[in-house]
Amino acid sequence: MSRIKRFLGFVWIILGPLGTIFMLYQAFDKISQAEPSHQLNTALQWGIILLVFIPIAIGLMIFGKYAIQDEYK
Amino acid sequence: MSEAKSSKGIFQVIGASSLGTLIEWYDFYIFGSLATVIGAQLFPADSGASALINTLAIFAAGFIVRPFGAIVFGRLGDLVGRKYTFLLTLVLMGGSTFLIGLIPSFSQIGYAAPILVLILRLIQGLALGGEYGGAATYVAEHAPPNKRGFFTSWIQTTATLGLFLSLGVIVLVKNVVGTEAFNDWAWRIPFLLSILLVGISIYIRLKMHESPLFEKLKSTGKTSKNPLADSFKNKSNFKMVLLALFGATMGQGVVWYTGQFYAQSFLENTCKIDFNDSRYILLWGIAFATPFFVVFGAWSDKVGRKWIMLIGMLLGVLFYRPIYQMFLEKSNRLEVAPTEVLKTDAPIITKQLLPNMPDSTIFSSTRVYLQDGGSFSRVDITNAATTIQIIKDVKLDTGTFWLFVGLVFFQILLVTMVYGPIAAFLVELFPTKIRYTSMSLPYHVGNGIFGGLVPFIATLMVSFPGSTPLSGLWYPIGVALISFIIGAIYLKNKTSVEEADFYE
Repeated sequence: MSRIKRFLGFVWIILGPLGTIFMLYQAFDKISQAEPSHQLNTALQWGIILLVFIPIAIGLMIFGKYAIQDEYK
Repeated sequence: MSEAKSSKGIFQVIGASSLGTLIEWYDFYIFGSLATVIGAQLFPADSGASALINTLAIFAAGFIVRPFGAIVFGRLGDLVGRKYTFLLTLVLMGGSTFLIGLIPSFSQIGYAAPILVLILRLIQGLALGGEYGGAATYVAEHAPPNKRGFFTSWIQTTATLGLFLSLGVIVLVKNVVGTEAFNDWAWRIPFLLSILLVGISIYIRLKMHESPLFEKLKSTGKTSKNPLADSFKNKSNFKMVLLALFGATMGQGVVWYTGQFYAQSFLENTCKIDFNDSRYILLWGIAFATPFFVVFGAWSDKVGRKWIMLIGMLLGVLFYRPIYQMFLEKSNRLEVAPTEVLKTDAPIITKQLLPNMPDSTIFSSTRVYLQDGGSFSRVDITNAATTIQIIKDVKLDTGTFWLFVGLVFFQILLVTMVYGPIAAFLVELFPTKIRYTSMSLPYHVGNGIFGGLVPFIATLMVSFPGSTPLSGLWYPIGVALISFIIGAIYLKNKTSVEEADFYE
């Protein structure tokens, strides 16, 4: 079990940046696609989401690091 | 005799804590339920400005201010005590809700109206962030170790009952005064009513004593001097905060929002179920499922918290798509055979000149009644180029209505599985001196952010090429699955933590 816990730690570490890249890509895509009158609002929505999502993604990476270090045995 | 007295005491503690938390949820939900009416009355007619204020009110209050409130009030609760902190959150929540009901309309005071709404909504988010952790901690610190799941599960019923109460009050007021009067002025009644409920709750809470475990810490001078640093800079505690978030509250948040909010929104907006019927379905589902919060909370005292919560998540992963597929199929009125039709009303025809259209657009609306007792409106929209047909206001036949109640009930049953034991699970994860701070943040990040993002991400996924109306479900399914895996592998199954360990 300890081996699975540590192996999955790498998965959580990778998932953090992958999720962030996906969200950033979606943010740029949706903001650029929005009609000019809605662009500010779309940017504001995505800005708030990224503001809260990035620390969570970093948290997931730290969680992964702890898992690799076998902190959850 | 003393046991009976002690039992009476704990039920007073549970009652006073739960009532206040229920009122906080009621206050938070009526704003969401009445957002359209508030927008029409208090926001500018300019759709761009209105959307901007709405975004700030919904996104900022739910995603930023609520977790921030968890940190601010959590810290306060660990420094000065649970009782006064969650009394303060109640006053802030009730006061701002009452004041929203008093704001003059946009036509009377201009931009001051939406700015006031925004400020008060942010205060609501802040207060909500501080309330839950305080109530759960307070009850848990009064409960004997072998009944912590049972006693805190009463707190868990309040979020759902708050939603039930808010929907009930809105439907009742609307039915009594009529839609026109409700949209004009009576929408303020549910807001104003809050002050009465909060007044009663404050009176009851003022009579309560501080948590015995916190008192003990305080008298021995062992309270934390810096709860934030002790919670988040101390590795042994911070790793548990992360585990609570990713292995429990994240999955619980999406199951919670999908079962209650996404279900109702899907029925109303995708299945085109009539406004009242979609709410009645949810109300019945909630009414039947709510007792199970207590059932699963109590059961977790015997078998442990972990697997009850995780099985709730897993069942959501497995059954969400079949359930929503059934919603779609059973409410589909685009392909109705002529033999199924009982009668149709004469069409009502209206013409409208729409922006960017050279000619008038013709709307032909026909009410269709079916043999099975159901009905719906078919609207043909014709302009120079095309004719499209839309379906709206679907009233279900009795059998399908109750089938939908059953499907919503099942989803809320999953909510009770993941949510019933979670307060006990969270409070047992952290020591008394930083419990309020440490448990509040993962709870509100899980619920406020992961759960609160369900409608936004679901809508985003439906916009992808090749998507279907069910594509939005991949977000709650994916998050619940990750949380299930993390929980299953890293969480320990605990039935109860002994008082000495709990105190430390």
